[in-house]
Amino acid sequence: MRKLRHWGPGLLLLSPSLILLAIFVYGLIAWTTKVSVSDEHNALGSKGFVGLENYTKLFTEDINDRFTHSLKNLAIFTVVFLVGAMFFGLLWAFILERGIKGEGFFRTVYLFPMAVSFVASGVVWRWLMNPNKGENAGGLNAVLGGLGLDSLQSTWWTNPNWGMASMAIPAMWQLAGYVMALFLAGFRGIPAELREAAAMDGASTYRLYRNVIFPQLTPVALSALIILGHMSMKMFDLIMSVSGPQWLTEVPAIYVWQTLLTSDYAKAAAISIILLLLVAVVIVPYLIYTNRAEKNA
Amino acid sequence: MTTTSIAAPPPPVETLEPRRKPRPKTGPGSIIKYLLALFFLIIVLMPMYVLIVTSFKSGADIGVTSQWSLPETWTLASWEKAWNVLRPSFIRTFELAVPVAIISSLIGAANGFVLSRWRFPGADVVFTLILFGMFIPYQAVMIPLREIVTTLGIPPGITTLVFVHCVYGIPICTLIFRNYYATTVPEELIEAARVDGAGLLRTFGRIILPISMPGFVVTVIWQFTSAWNDYLFAIFLSNTRNGPITIALNALAGAQSPDYAASMAGALITSLPTLLVYVLLGRWFIGGLMAGSVKS
Repeated sequence: MRKLRHWGPGLLLLSPSLILLAIFVYGLIAWTTKVSVSDEHNALGSKGFVGLENYTKLFTEDINDRFTHSLKNLAIFTVVFLVGAMFFGLLWAFILERGIKGEGFFRTVYLFPMAVSFVASGVVWRWLMNPNKGENAGGLNAVLGGLGLDSLQSTWWTNPNWGMASMAIPAMWQLAGYVMALFLAGFRGIPAELREAAAMDGASTYRLYRNVIFPQLTPVALSALIILGHMSMKMFDLIMSVSGPQWLTEVPAIYVWQTLLTSDYAKAAAISIILLLLVAVVIVPYLIYTNRAEKNA
Repeated sequence: MTTTSIAAPPPPVETLEPRRKPRPKTGPGSIIKYLLALFFLIIVLMPMYVLIVTSFKSGADIGVTSQWSLPETWTLASWEKAWNVLRPSFIRTFELAVPVAIISSLIGAANGFVLSRWRFPGADVVFTLILFGMFIPYQAVMIPLREIVTTLGIPPGITTLVFVHCVYGIPICTLIFRNYYATTVPEELIEAARVDGAGLLRTFGRIILPISMPGFVVTVIWQFTSAWNDYLFAIFLSNTRNGPITIALNALAGAQSPDYAASMAGALITSLPTLLVYVLLGRWFIGGLMAGSVKS
């Protein structure tokens, strides 16, 4: 009874949210899972239980290996996006950390694409990544031509093999600034004594960064990787806006949407659950790790 | 260390400021540094340049090969056209984003307060379960969500989207407020209130809410921006006639033979509110997050 009086009011305040999340996150995920093991392949939906058939079919019987193709696209996109955004983010943070006049201005500009929606930026990137070359070149190809780098001109996302790598360019543009901000906070969170101690020991600038500063940034790098990684796996708006839904640039998140348009609920649900599992593999260990780190702090 | 990590919003400006202003040195290294910084500045601004110049072009001026050139004649025609197409959805998006920002923040404040102070058994597990909700790919809930909406006969559009954004905004708002309260509200303040016999609700309403402004600024801006920029929920739960501006922009720009000038003007109109928020309130936003997301 006393326990109830102690915890009761808090739980009461919290309970509407808990109920909503229990229903709309966990309940609906369970519902989707149920659909994914049913044979509800059209709007009529017989809803019989078929076990994991919808899942295995995605990997074995999908026309043109559409699902594995979408996974391959996602993998290329994710690798290029993560490497690129991390590289530029760290580089920008490093430049600013070395001390530069007008730092605030540079920071604001580097970070501003975060305030723009993928849908809006997709409008211009679709045009910048125009595949025309030579005389007819526009956008990025025109810039490359102007710089005399004609050989670097590309068909961008319309390239059937590596098009998804180009799709990562707008994503980097949008989020490298965010990585910069994370790293910059990391740089500035390093105690001044550490740097001073290293300087006293006569460490060169190179050794200072290599042995003292960069190791301190590992947790920041991990966070950045996880946040970008999970965003990448869910990428939908940007691709819809740059290329629209089409074979060349299809990723699982878009495949779900396309499948729903044909009312194949069971298949769409199976893809969604696989997508959820992909994200969970990254996020759940991270949440547990953060929780532990906080407790130990 | 920080828990900034969990929240996607950018880290605080104060933690970004150098503690001692390092004297910018001169020398070959320094020149390279400035050249690189300027080079990337130009790269980042390039798409913005194309957006702006194209939006003022007309007729034959608009073409792939002339993308980088300034307009022959500057005209507002495309802005007018885009505005006429987007205006209804522009207004609807305010009707979406403003309530979402306010409601989510209130819910977040209440939850954050409870979770930061009342460490009931299992509070950590509950908190982790709440947080997981902000990372899920929403496709995993979309199929039943649509079915519920259809079965209950709720018309697609703004009302549905307000509800959905509020629900799925609970995790991030709870996180921001929990961290804010955990770092800024001294234990003694709560203790004093408890000694005075104030219950949880009264403590929250009388003592905590009045000092929660920085937290509110952060969540309001964050939720406003996410609701404004959302496309996924919008495409699933609304259409061009009743949906937000991202849907309308996509229809304008994704047509068979799109009017590029109008599309670019439309993209700028769509981005204006969030860009304004970023430019005007950026300091507030990021400064508030300092309190919101950094554990000392």
